Amino acid sequence: MIGIVDYGMGNLGSVRNAFEHLGHAARIFDDPQEAAGFERILLPGVGSFAQAMRNLDERGWSPVLREVAASGKPMLGICLGMQLLFDRGEEHGDTAGLGLVPGKVIRMQPTPPNRLPHVGWNTLDHARRHPLHAGVKDHVDFYFVHSYHCVPDDEADVLARVDHGGRVVASVARANVAGMQFHPEKSQAVGLKLLENFAGWDGGDTVGSALPW
Amino acid sequence: MVKKRVIPVLLLKDGRMVKGRQFKDYRDTGDPKSAVRIYNAQDADELVFLDIQASLQSRGALVEIVRNAATESFMPLTVGGGVTSTDDVRELLRAGADKVVITTAAVKQPGLIRAAAEMFGAQCVVAGIDYRGSGADARVWLHCGTEETSHHPVALAKSFAEQGAGEIFLNSIDRDGCMEGYDLEMAAQVADAVPVPVIVCGGAGHFMHLAEALQQTAVSAVACASLFHFGDNNPIRARSYLRNLKIPLRVLK
Repeated sequence: MIGIVDYGMGNLGSVRNAFEHLGHAARIFDDPQEAAGFERILLPGVGSFAQAMRNLDERGWSPVLREVAASGKPMLGICLGMQLLFDRGEEHGDTAGLGLVPGKVIRMQPTPPNRLPHVGWNTLDHARRHPLHAGVKDHVDFYFVHSYHCVPDDEADVLARVDHGGRVVASVARANVAGMQFHPEKSQAVGLKLLENFAGWDGGDTVGSALPW
Repeated sequence: MVKKRVIPVLLLKDGRMVKGRQFKDYRDTGDPKSAVRIYNAQDADELVFLDIQASLQSRGALVEIVRNAATESFMPLTVGGGVTSTDDVRELLRAGADKVVITTAAVKQPGLIRAAAEMFGAQCVVAGIDYRGSGADARVWLHCGTEETSHHPVALAKSFAEQGAGEIFLNSIDRDGCMEGYDLEMAAQVADAVPVPVIVCGGAGHFMHLAEALQQTAVSAVACASLFHFGDNNPIRARSYLRNLKIPLRVLK
């Protein structure tokens, strides 16, 4: 069972619908104490970094999510949920994040004619092979909608990037903790493929040789 | 690079899909649920739902349609019509909308765009602008084209972007449903005046019109209703037409 964290930020239904569509059991839960009962944890999110961290802290999620990460359980943050995995964010004031992926989250500064927010479909360039991206070719488009982006300290954590008047990290994985800046649950068939991969992910880095790439 | 978008618009009234001309003479164009299913199968880049009734009953139907669309389709949904508070925005986001369009209330309630952007993030707040006329004489109209204001679309678009709107939905009432092409002059002016993406709507009747707007102006997306509702056109055909003209569009797989 996949647990979708409800901490009062944004649209949780779409992610659950996507897993249900794929035939994977997923439940939205708002009690951090229940986290231990799920096989994998998904952290969604729409809104601002500062508000989201306030909600995670006030509702007792932050220590629980750090425990989940330390336990080796597969964990995925989507959009703002990915950004919260990092050390710090500057949206609405410098705020400490969950600190699960070293790095910071800063406002994008795209060169013209690129606009902000970064809204729409953009092309993924893979930085390395990873089971979460198995079966997804290079140069396929995913749906993005954000104004801040993640800057990891460790380049090895980057799975894929896009170009938006400068390079933008699209997805990361550090051991069992992963993040996607785009919305797989809104990216139609290719997005659902990634969620399917997450549903079967063991939290490791090993890419099976039989997987299409 | 981020791709240009082609966005079907579903105008809704009491749970049915409608389409008019110049914001009047609406006729029924079918069941929105099946339209969503079809657009999803055709891999539309995004869908825009606009409720033109803005009554309590029609709002309930809108929320239900969005909820259903978010259950069956896994594509971006932009929703508006009668949004007057951050509670309305929250309700639509919870139903499955990714972005919410604020039109009349963006003018009538200064502060709403900023409040919504701070609460939910600028990226999900779309400011809608309906206008009549062209060039310097153009004026923004509210309440589905029934109330005139003294605002010019370009000035208002700049103000909305400064207030935190993450996108502008620009709609020419004069050209609505006429299928004779977009108001390219205004689209270009607005897109050049704001740093946020602009969606142009109103007037597309041929794929050539989509191409004109995407090649001659800096808009990020073209929206259309009549083009897809009446006739044998769909997003798949639109994409192949635009691709032949080397316009950058999404790669599906």
